Amino acid sequence: MKIEKLAKDLLLINGKIIDPHNRKTFDGDVWLKNGKIAGVGDVNTPKGAEKIDCSGKVITHGFCDLHVHFREPGREDKETLKTGSRAALAGGFTRVCVMPNTHPPLDTPESINFIREKAQECPIHIHPIGAVTKSQGGNDITEMGLMHREGAVAFSDDGIPIQDGAMMRIALEYSTLMNVPVINHAEDECLRAEGVMNEGIVSNHLGLPGNPDFAESTMVHRDLELAKFTGARLHVPHVSSAKSVQHIRGMKKINEKVTAEVTPHHLYFNDEALRSFDTNLKVAPPIRTEQDRKALLEAVKDGTIDCIATDHAPHTIEDKETTFDLASFGMIGLESCFGAVCKVLVVNEMAIALEELIRLLTVKPRNIMGFEADLFQVGIPAEIAILDPTKDWVFDSTHVQSRSVNSPYYGETLTGRVEMTISRGYIASN
Amino acid sequence: MLQQKHLLGLEGYPSEDIQSIIDTAFNFREVLDRPIKKVPSLQGVTIVNLFFENSTRTRISFELAQKRLSADTVNFSSSSSSLKKGESFKDTAQNIEAMKIDATVMRHPTPGAPQHLTEFIDAVVINAGDGTHEHPTQAILDMMSLHEKFGKLKGLKVGILGDISHSRVALSNIYGLITMGVEVTLCGPPNLIPPFIRNLGVNVNYNVDEVIEWADALNVLRIQRERMGLGLVPSIREYRAMFGITKERLDHHKKEIVIMHPGPMNRGVEIDGSVADSDQAIILDQVLNGVASRMAILYLLCGGKSSEKEES
Repeated sequence: MKIEKLAKDLLLINGKIIDPHNRKTFDGDVWLKNGKIAGVGDVNTPKGAEKIDCSGKVITHGFCDLHVHFREPGREDKETLKTGSRAALAGGFTRVCVMPNTHPPLDTPESINFIREKAQECPIHIHPIGAVTKSQGGNDITEMGLMHREGAVAFSDDGIPIQDGAMMRIALEYSTLMNVPVINHAEDECLRAEGVMNEGIVSNHLGLPGNPDFAESTMVHRDLELAKFTGARLHVPHVSSAKSVQHIRGMKKINEKVTAEVTPHHLYFNDEALRSFDTNLKVAPPIRTEQDRKALLEAVKDGTIDCIATDHAPHTIEDKETTFDLASFGMIGLESCFGAVCKVLVVNEMAIALEELIRLLTVKPRNIMGFEADLFQVGIPAEIAILDPTKDWVFDSTHVQSRSVNSPYYGETLTGRVEMTISRGYIASN
Repeated sequence: MLQQKHLLGLEGYPSEDIQSIIDTAFNFREVLDRPIKKVPSLQGVTIVNLFFENSTRTRISFELAQKRLSADTVNFSSSSSSLKKGESFKDTAQNIEAMKIDATVMRHPTPGAPQHLTEFIDAVVINAGDGTHEHPTQAILDMMSLHEKFGKLKGLKVGILGDISHSRVALSNIYGLITMGVEVTLCGPPNLIPPFIRNLGVNVNYNVDEVIEWADALNVLRIQRERMGLGLVPSIREYRAMFGITKERLDHHKKEIVIMHPGPMNRGVEIDGSVADSDQAIILDQVLNGVASRMAILYLLCGGKSSEKEES
């Protein structure tokens, strides 16, 4: 991948422009002046402008990921804001929200500020999510108000579910002060027990301790009820089971504030893939059955799930090149995201319109966080992804820009390739 | 020769190869009855026994099998806790491989560890138990013992009794027995039988007396005392009353049923001492067949050309 400074005047010509905010698709050019949108559609060609031919390509908004782990501060050997930014650009992402399970966790206004300042040096927009409880300990709520002032866009103890229902209630109630989402990794620790993969036929075959789907769905149900009661904004991350989908679908009928995300890997793989004992497929929540995967695809199609988020979770080789019980949970996902979801949602299985998929990666996640979502207005700093939505490509290690390499997609043929990403005055070409 | 290079488990293992191992094992069983119980079949073959978890009988059985075949053997043992903080699994494996060995016999507490090992080394890998996953050599010796007793496997009815959830012996037995055309019924406390296990083609019946009436043979698994007090088994007397293979229970049935046990036994818990010592128990035959089975497996994977016995 090559990253360059944007030319003063740049024209993206002959592309198919998809404006996911205004739901318009048309042929035309995009003119960027000093890194900002200067015209979209019929553009009077400025003299001396640099041109990029986008014939056969789609020009659309840069993607937005509500769920990444960039490991800074504390585990810079796995990822940093800078290396994570490169992975994001490779995947078409121009804006991400980083989870607070760092060392130390992002649980004070000062640590939120640290991310904000560091993020200024990065070629993408990075927003910190603050911890719900101090040290992610699940006992005392953080200074959410001050953290929000410093730039925290949501609150989550990600990776550590809030077990105590009363604590979750307090957090939701308090969050209404800022009116930002609370994101709870829903997993009942008692039900999960030692589980390292989905409990089911495959875990019985492999003898691996299982994590049942209801470890997730019962807590999702609790959170949905608490959200309704408190009037807070609940965002359900990485939904993995058909049962959780059912609960969310039901509650959305009476509470429009609830939102939910799904990861590419829960849409792409099922637990049969774990027969290889590939530790890169060890994730939390676990990859579940084909029936669950199908339910997630349906939930994306009918709008029960609002957006796609990668849960990009880098780990060192040593963390993964070990026996299944000792391996860390998580996989990287930014680089492979579009090819994976475009393949299953648009091309192979669900026949969702490309425009709709793009909304799941752009407008919808931005709306959840209250980010500007009408990005083709004149004067807006350019956040653009240029895509080849029909290209088949085999994912390999050269496509990884993250500092870590823990991906299960190696050797998989994906459909839909991010060709270029424009963000904060830079253009990255794959 | 067997179709697969390694013996990692019996899931999907070809029936003709299981039969071939059992046939070869019967030939070696005959060697074990000779005054000089040794053949030169694996002379010059080096085998490492990698035991990352404690084992007494499996390990002795493998060592004896190797010595009877004249192989050179090295033993390595490490508790899983010291491995966790020390050298990585990969380094241990590659170090041992670097010393030019032909085969490894491995026991490890983690399911999938033997498969993981095959990614790092070229030597033959034989699974001697990986956590709650498989214990294929135990299942083969169990099948050999059933074959010895009944003269066939196909059509037999076998009950497996006890803690199925945490048992690699149960899982390998299920895979092997189903492949060989044996009908299998699992029995034990409902919370110790995995909910999806029926998918493997077995019956589940929580009533041990019904299973005894039905079965030709009953494989009684050890109830680990560690499970007591975790809320899984309320008490020893409760377990004995509900599932124990007591003399009274068997007498009540007035029926010949073969009793097996993979060991180590908890006399007075899952099985009465008097049952274990009775004629209907073939527990010590299983132990002897274990050596013969492991000789057959080593021979076929590490140098055997056919299932024919080599003349000594």
